[in-house]
Amino acid sequence: MKLQRRALLRSLLTAAAVLAIPRWLFAARPDKAFDEKSAESVISSLFDGPVTESDQVTLKIPDIAENGAVVPVTVSTGLADVESISVIVDNNPTPLAAMFELSPQSVADVSIRIKMGESSVVRTVVKAGGKFYSASKEVKVTIGGCGG
Amino acid sequence: MGNPIKIKAKLKDDIAEIKALMPHPMESGVRVNADTGETVPKHYIQEVVCKLNGNVITTAFWGTGVSKDPYMAFKVKGAKVGDKLEISWKDNTGDTSVAEVVLS
Repeated sequence: MKLQRRALLRSLLTAAAVLAIPRWLFAARPDKAFDEKSAESVISSLFDGPVTESDQVTLKIPDIAENGAVVPVTVSTGLADVESISVIVDNNPTPLAAMFELSPQSVADVSIRIKMGESSVVRTVVKAGGKFYSASKEVKVTIGGCGG
Repeated sequence: MGNPIKIKAKLKDDIAEIKALMPHPMESGVRVNADTGETVPKHYIQEVVCKLNGNVITTAFWGTGVSKDPYMAFKVKGAKVGDKLEISWKDNTGDTSVAEVVLS
């Protein structure tokens, strides 16, 4: 049955092609995590494993933010095989501010400006080699950024 | 079509340092208009895709906690003169914007 064999071959090839696509290409926005109201629920919604503090993750953010509407954040890490970098502001109404999905061609060094409604712990979680590493810092806000 | 994206790219050896500015209101949905007393509806960028020569390098997913007129910076390995770097965004209303620079 030549036809059946061809169909089988075709489906095998399709399966192989699907498996060969790197996982980071499948990325879709984690809408649910962006709606979560606490840092704990953001973390449990996004990461399917324990998150450990690591001095290999560098979180650069001012100790005191004069204007909570614009707080510059830079996250970098020397860890290998970085897949994603997330920025979470514990006391914001929806703590997850941003999540960067990186490809193997990215350097694990990203910067962004975030809003902070009030003083808060800001944390970053880096997914590298299938594991989760974090760093955090307490940031004091003198003028909140949620009113405008 | 949303406001144009401004991209600055600097090539240092084979690493391209990209800085992008995306004018956008980034309304969080909690701000109240002082004149009307009405809450300004959510209007924010949800997804930013960065491509080098057509290949996705970085995808940024954003919530309402990203500042107005977002700025982001990132780096790409294995880049060279003549490479095309494209950045595009999509917001929660379906609006989009796209810009491209050639590395030099």
